[in-house]
Amino acid sequence: MELTAILYAIPWDLIVIQTVNGIVTGMILALIASGLTLIFGIMDVVNFAHGELFMLGAYIGVVVLATTGNFWLALLIATLVVALLGAAIQIATLRPLLGRDPLTTILATFGVSLILQNYALWQFGPVARKIHEPFSGHFTLFHLEYPWYRLVIAGLSAAIIGGFWMFLKYGKYGIWIRATTQDRVMAQAMGIPVPLVHTAAFAIGAGMAAASGVLFGPLVGVNHTMGLDWVLKAFIVVVVGGMGNLGGSIAAAIFISLLEAYASIWVSPAQAVIVSFIVLILTLLFRPTGLFVPTPK
Amino acid sequence: MTTAPLDKPIPLKRSRLSHNAVFWIGFGVVMALLVIAPLVLPEFWRRFLTEVLIWGLLAMSSDLLIGYTGMVSFGHSAFFGLGMYGAAAALLMFSPPSLWLALAFGLVASAVIALFVAYFSTRLRDIYFAITTLIFSQIFYVIIFTWTEVTGGENGLNFRRPPLAIPGLFSVPFNSETLHWFVLAVVAASYLILRRITRSPFGMVLQSIRENEPRTRAIGYPVERYKIVAVMLSGLFAGLAGVLYAIQNRFAAPDFIFFLVSGEAVIFNVIGGIGTLVGPIVGAGFFQLMRELLGRLFGDQFPYLIPLGVVFIVMIIFLPQGLLGFARRWLNR
Amino acid sequence: MNASADSPPLIAVEDLHTYYGKSHILHGVTLHVGPGEVVGLLGRNGVGKSTTLKTIMGLVRPTEGSVRLAGQPITGLASHKVARLGIGYVPEDRRIFRLLTVMENLRTGLDREGVTDARKQELLDKVFTYFPVLAERRNQAGGTLSGGEQQMLAIARAMMLEPKIILLDEPTEGLMPRMVSQIRTIVDVLHRDNVAILLVEQNVPLTLEASDRVYIMEKGAVRHHAAARDLKVNDAVIHQYLGV
Repeated sequence: MELTAILYAIPWDLIVIQTVNGIVTGMILALIASGLTLIFGIMDVVNFAHGELFMLGAYIGVVVLATTGNFWLALLIATLVVALLGAAIQIATLRPLLGRDPLTTILATFGVSLILQNYALWQFGPVARKIHEPFSGHFTLFHLEYPWYRLVIAGLSAAIIGGFWMFLKYGKYGIWIRATTQDRVMAQAMGIPVPLVHTAAFAIGAGMAAASGVLFGPLVGVNHTMGLDWVLKAFIVVVVGGMGNLGGSIAAAIFISLLEAYASIWVSPAQAVIVSFIVLILTLLFRPTGLFVPTPK
Repeated sequence: MTTAPLDKPIPLKRSRLSHNAVFWIGFGVVMALLVIAPLVLPEFWRRFLTEVLIWGLLAMSSDLLIGYTGMVSFGHSAFFGLGMYGAAAALLMFSPPSLWLALAFGLVASAVIALFVAYFSTRLRDIYFAITTLIFSQIFYVIIFTWTEVTGGENGLNFRRPPLAIPGLFSVPFNSETLHWFVLAVVAASYLILRRITRSPFGMVLQSIRENEPRTRAIGYPVERYKIVAVMLSGLFAGLAGVLYAIQNRFAAPDFIFFLVSGEAVIFNVIGGIGTLVGPIVGAGFFQLMRELLGRLFGDQFPYLIPLGVVFIVMIIFLPQGLLGFARRWLNR
Repeated sequence: MNASADSPPLIAVEDLHTYYGKSHILHGVTLHVGPGEVVGLLGRNGVGKSTTLKTIMGLVRPTEGSVRLAGQPITGLASHKVARLGIGYVPEDRRIFRLLTVMENLRTGLDREGVTDARKQELLDKVFTYFPVLAERRNQAGGTLSGGEQQMLAIARAMMLEPKIILLDEPTEGLMPRMVSQIRTIVDVLHRDNVAILLVEQNVPLTLEASDRVYIMEKGAVRHHAAARDLKVNDAVIHQYLGV
């Protein structure tokens, strides 16, 4: 009797809805985090500017969408432009810092993030913009009309991550990236042009962040501070998943997003973020190499 | 130690004396200038100078960690903000508002938070430490932002400025000049204390941790404990800056806890010169001055952080010793 | 002692000074390796043998001195360019890519511009003939191989670059005697293929057997230089510098 009472009290419909929401958000977060963990894994750089690359991607998406009306073109152009910007940033600010104390790169990317944020504020103003969904259409999920779009972007994110994973595993350049990540010195000794690989990796990470920005745009408002919220979440995901561990980041992204989504049933979303903070603290206390990484003996 | 020939004076002692004398002379000159300043400057610049001193104190506290212990922290905004809110609590809860209670509450609040943050973060190496302190700043930001009943939420808290008072003896409300002198006294005292600390055996251990942590640990020092104390000291002075800010501006807002404020303190450090204690104040002054000038030249909407951000990055790459280091090298030629 | 006195030696190192931070490790190292020669570099631990190899390879920058490859200066050139010019490097402790498979490890050297698929297959076949165990384990992660197998992989990987010279840093360290003789065989194979070798070793008998000439280093500089066969006969020098 007690059990059925409890079962009735649990808001199953909300849980299912939040599960779907959590997975959708999780896939986008995974896309951002993948770029961040790639950059960290290969060159030991904590890219503070990653959130701003996400934000700029969204803004470029807004601009391209306004001029051409084509969402997919916006996605493509934003990704390419920000990838190039990422390469430029890496060459201008990170290459000179190679071999210096790793904390200098945190400071440098922090400086870049301030510049990009303020540039966006200056160019686009403080009012949030909107990216319109490329197509409408809902299906009924319990008492909600759930937009197809959300499922599609989750699928697209998954596809991009999957494509990236395949590239790493099978392509010639994928091997270069993996070798450089594992042992930069021997990679060079094998003739791999490591400085170029670093720049390319940063560009790829930046492009992935920009793609997330465009895909995620229709779900949230596009404004100059959106990078701040997401970079924080992305850092938490990367640390919880194990820095430099691609699979871990993806698992952590979905895990944390689900927890936050469930928490939102009972508390406000602004407070739900504390969940991710708690997960981070617990991870740092008990499994600092990453929740989903087997603890080294 | 080699023995010098008896007929020549031993130069060592003399140069050490003159080095110290140079410091105190310089300190005296600067203090004299800062004391006279509010009497000759227009109101706006008076307040400007006071605020530069406060930000300078925040940056100095950050320098203890970055410059001397080698730990980049984004948590200072939490300590600063909690010092501010602690003071706010004292000034709102007790009538008449008491300066000393505000100081006490603010310092205790920031010390407690610093201990809390230190406990979790100091066991982690550099990058994780930086991220964890950042996250803690954000945790406190979220708590203060959303706990509207207690903290005023988004709008923050407003309160009256307390008078300079010794209970039972006198009570004199602050005006712009006396407040400046009070802030100057507090900041100068903090600087001297921090200077003493960095030159003490404790300070030497911190620097040894910055240079080579594994070796320091291998020698037998309980590195974690030193780091925790460093974070607490740093937090204390950051909180002090927060209290001063609250007294000066009569409000507390969650914006100051957002991690970007810590980031700005770090910028002051880098621009002025890390590991110098004076550098951060110079950096704070430079930054605020540039901001003011750029605003006057190009208008209020000008994104001053873009050129300042570029300066920051350029300095990291080419002038890692900051303005002070550059000046030092230039003078040595 | 070069085959031809007119053509420049393959590797010419002249008066090399290298520092690690403040430590002055190399105090003016000078040596030569001719095309196709096997040259040994002996010396106690810490005299700077590995550092010499690393400086040639561009992994460490010298403060003074020069390194030339077939007469062309390569001092301070980035390592990946040095590798592409034809110098292979097999470091101490092997340093294979542990998370890459054997095949992927080989591909890091194989995937170069201007190499036809046919040639790639030839190189692979050659390497698999000499190291059949690598063929067996071609899809296994490098980290799962035994010490000896990793050593073979490290050498095979360098061979994929089709280098003119391979720098071998203590290849027999930590290996069982059976593997040591395999290393000897590999050195001979490379020699037959006209690949020069600069062999840094602690194993004196192996070095004397395999090399044409030997340099002996002490305290960061070359102190003695002789043909291997002379040293086999007159080994007082060896005792002097190596205490063996």
